[in-house]
Amino acid sequence: MTTTFLRPVTGFIGKTFVITEFELRKLRHDFTELVTRALQPALWLLIFGQVFARSGAMHTGNIPYLDFIAPGILAQSVLFVAIFYGINVIWERDLGIVQKFLVSPTPRAALVLGKGFSAGFRTLSQAVIVYGLSLLLGVKLNWNPLALLNVLLIVILAATLFSTFSLIIACIVKTRERFMGVGQVLTMPLFFASNAIYPTNIMPGWLQTVSHLNPLTYVVDALRTSMLSGSPTTFGLSIDYAVILVTTGILVIIGARLYSRLAT
Amino acid sequence: MREPVLEIKSLTRRFGPFTAVDTLTLSVSAGEVFALLGANGAGKTTTIKMLTTLLPPTTGEASVAGFSITTQAVDVRRAIGYVPQAVSVDGSLTGYENLLIFAKLYDLPHREQPARIAEALEFMNLTADAKRLVAEYSGGMVRRLEIAQSTLHRPKVLFLDEPTVGLDPIARDAVWKHLIDMRTNYGTTLFFTTHYLEEAESHCDRIAIMHQGKLDALGTCKELEGSLGPGHTLNDVFVHYAGSTPDAGNSFRSVSADRATAQRMG
Repeated sequence: MTTTFLRPVTGFIGKTFVITEFELRKLRHDFTELVTRALQPALWLLIFGQVFARSGAMHTGNIPYLDFIAPGILAQSVLFVAIFYGINVIWERDLGIVQKFLVSPTPRAALVLGKGFSAGFRTLSQAVIVYGLSLLLGVKLNWNPLALLNVLLIVILAATLFSTFSLIIACIVKTRERFMGVGQVLTMPLFFASNAIYPTNIMPGWLQTVSHLNPLTYVVDALRTSMLSGSPTTFGLSIDYAVILVTTGILVIIGARLYSRLAT
Repeated sequence: MREPVLEIKSLTRRFGPFTAVDTLTLSVSAGEVFALLGANGAGKTTTIKMLTTLLPPTTGEASVAGFSITTQAVDVRRAIGYVPQAVSVDGSLTGYENLLIFAKLYDLPHREQPARIAEALEFMNLTADAKRLVAEYSGGMVRRLEIAQSTLHRPKVLFLDEPTVGLDPIARDAVWKHLIDMRTNYGTTLFFTTHYLEEAESHCDRIAIMHQGKLDALGTCKELEGSLGPGHTLNDVFVHYAGSTPDAGNSFRSVSADRATAQRMG
């Protein structure tokens, strides 16, 4: 009884990790991607961060501005890497790879979530970069192992969330040109309508409302709570996790429904 | 007559006002080598997509290996293999890895996986290149690896969409030798589309010719040639039923797809 009930579940988890494993195996053949990605968070922290920290234009309470944006920049770089992840499935569709996976008995949700997780593991390198830069800039980090584990989990989940969102866009637009257009249109609003580089309480009312509907806001809040000593939080870690997990779940279900569109 | 492994009944697919496949009815026996011929746009690929559960039919029904493509899609998927026209192995993985992932996705028992993969590599003459990245493979090797990948789980029916497009004659012969061996050793039914009439002629038990979504002719090569009277070739049959030679009527899209495939296959 229990085994018949559990089999689809364990099967689903097993298949998800098979997909993740092979996505990650591809990575060891190409490291340049990891290096070039390090540039963007470096620019944001070293230039944008330093300039705004000096001007004192941002009122971030009792947290220094550089400390305030370090988790924001980590969240941003996770978003920027993940939001263009869907281009890979368009590429795989133009070859015949997606079709081959769709003809296999693998659950669609496992194909989607497996790819999402692999994006999650890929973006962990961004966490390493941001931690390195933060050390360099004297950000007061929280080195508690549990806090570090939280950062790891949040980065993986956030990348899963936004790469799945990206995959959904890919399933709808199906061509590289349109995908790049939509991706670019979405990234900046998601970034600016969040608490990544300024606190939401300096926003006009309407934007505050938008930012509270933006999953990135909760990612930033969770990272800020876990990364910084003193654990400053707006919503609390459990609300952050709940929003991130529920949003990811909904997106995976939508993605699984749309994934077969790639075969046609 | 052997038992049918593929039974297609009034299968129809419309895209808006356009009918790509029109009330197709057809039966293929287990172990048969069956070719679907037709000019571009005749509905061959749409038919294969419906039979492989990639595309739901608008109306009609088909059963593959005893399972319905509309209500038992997962069972159908376990029973079939599919080699799409485009390149379907991953260039950034090795040949071995490309097979390993499908061994896992098709639930081959863990202990049997290494032996089955080794056997498939040996069968397709790829053992020496198993650890190389597929991006470095030649076109013929890529095709053989794709066939190895799609048959690792010993499917009852193997669907191939233009299996030899873009290959030189030697590579083409090698691919066919392996496909026929597959049928001989495992009784795999081969259902494929092609533009090359000589391939259909030399390898197929039966041929179907599609024209504008409809099945126009069906039979063995000899039967079809005979149907036009003595002295006719398969090419004459094709022109008679499909209204043109196989190469005529290519759309820009299909030509560029063919060339892109050919280019990637090296």
